[in-house]
Amino acid sequence: MVEASAHAQPAWVLLAYLIAGVCFILALRGLSSPETSRRGNITGMIGMTIAVVTTLAIHAIASLPEIIVAMVIGGGIGLVIARKIQMTAMPQLVAAFHSLVGMAAVLVGAAAYLNPEAFGIAVRVTPIASQSFVSIFPVSRIEMGLGVAIGAITFSGSVIAFLKLNGNMSGKPILLPLRHLINLAALAAILLLIAYFTQDQSPWVFFTVMALSFAIGFLLIIPIGGADMPVVISMLNSYSGWAAAAMGFTLHNSAMIITGALVGSSGAILSYIMCRAMNRSFISVIAGGFGAVASAGGAEAIDRPYKRGSAEDAAFLMKQAEQVIIVPGYGMAVAQAQHAVREMADLLKKEGVRVKYAIHPVAGRMPGHMNVLLAEANVPYDEVFELDDINSEFAQTDVAYVIGANDVTNPAAKTDKGSPIYGMPVLDVEKARTCLFVKRSMGGVGYAGIDNELFYRDNTMMLLGDAKKMTEEIVKALG
Amino acid sequence: MDFISILSVFVLACFVGYYVVWSVTPALHTPLMSVTNAISSVIVVGALIASAAAGSASSKWLGLVAVALASVNIFGGFAVTQRMLSMYKKRERQGDKTHG
Repeated sequence: MVEASAHAQPAWVLLAYLIAGVCFILALRGLSSPETSRRGNITGMIGMTIAVVTTLAIHAIASLPEIIVAMVIGGGIGLVIARKIQMTAMPQLVAAFHSLVGMAAVLVGAAAYLNPEAFGIAVRVTPIASQSFVSIFPVSRIEMGLGVAIGAITFSGSVIAFLKLNGNMSGKPILLPLRHLINLAALAAILLLIAYFTQDQSPWVFFTVMALSFAIGFLLIIPIGGADMPVVISMLNSYSGWAAAAMGFTLHNSAMIITGALVGSSGAILSYIMCRAMNRSFISVIAGGFGAVASAGGAEAIDRPYKRGSAEDAAFLMKQAEQVIIVPGYGMAVAQAQHAVREMADLLKKEGVRVKYAIHPVAGRMPGHMNVLLAEANVPYDEVFELDDINSEFAQTDVAYVIGANDVTNPAAKTDKGSPIYGMPVLDVEKARTCLFVKRSMGGVGYAGIDNELFYRDNTMMLLGDAKKMTEEIVKALG
Repeated sequence: MDFISILSVFVLACFVGYYVVWSVTPALHTPLMSVTNAISSVIVVGALIASAAAGSASSKWLGLVAVALASVNIFGGFAVTQRMLSMYKKRERQGDKTHG
């Protein structure tokens, strides 16, 4: 077969790519515990080095200087960003990085389309002696088309996700009329064009697929609201993997295929975990619009009586406690309150109070967001617990300190069948003897646009004010 | 490699990915995202082939831009992951009676 021979590579090259792929598997495997994770990450770097050096060794003799310049520029930018970035800005950074993977896939796809012989995915056909043209293998056309389409969707989707997370664009869902119809039509058009591409390799087919895919990426993400970003960002993570895998098929490169499969499944699993933690289906998240309409029931509840406390009251209550569980949410990240929270916990521990942290899977704007912030503030990771591991402990806890989390503590998820968040697993903070709830004001409602029953309970004390300032005041009162 | 061998690698890698990712502790989900980001930039391999190939200047330039973009991701992704992972510390067990 022509195709098989066109991809012939020396055995050591195939072996090297396979080793690179195995290194990437080990990199992810290392993340099963913090102790092994650093070694895993280094294994990943080794894998990447193997892949790059192998490729350079067999291909780049003429253009090595240009390639090195490109790598130094890109690598330099990457290293500076990695050093300077604030941990609270990790979701934006990850979104930005996803967009780069997407764009790189599009560019590689375009390069392969323009120069297919260099990639070994085409044969030169000479129907008459005076004419000759390059015909790309039909299978490669499909792989290439899919790679470019997924890459383009990843790129434009991630750009929107970045703008939303970075605050350049409102986190509110933007709902276009007929958006489902437009999206489905565009998606169908992309698939049909890729099928047609196998018959006709003219540029218009290829570039229309690319343009439509860029468009659909934008359209898919704009209707999705801020708090659904954990799902979006995981989904885009998955897409960037599938884009790499599709390119791996085009290039018959096992390192790319293994990586693509790993990253693709990683993102898919994270999306699943996030959806489950919100008790929502993937389809409903992708359809978007959640939180766009405030529920009608919210309005009448605003004048209900609640207990308001001061920083001193909070300090007194926590000092007396045997166990305090801190429940952080996105508000803690926005207020950059993680360091103040850890100081407060340190002082409490000095008073002999046991301090633990409870993290809901969708707290924050990306999976594991809160864990990283707490780690940054030097909170030991063995004091930080996941929802399932700690939820039963609230009943034996004196004080639950909720800072910047709202919907994930709303008891309505357990009791009110009409609530939009009904069925979502929540932290049972109301079972603690006292629940201290830090919130900017009584006016705002959580992302889901619903009132939180918790505010008006007898054992809840509202601490109204900025999350960081309030925590700092408590620190002062404790000291 | 023919299409079927490639497909086999892909399918098996999906299964490996599934089991490996489920074993990742939820506390490390953010580093998981940043490291998957870094490794998916193995797409740089394609970019390098395009940059090194003779025959099409536009293809070469597209390749070089892709090399630069992927390098941002490779260096940035691994570095930021390492930075995050170095922050995860265990409690110092000095006179600590409780078990975590």
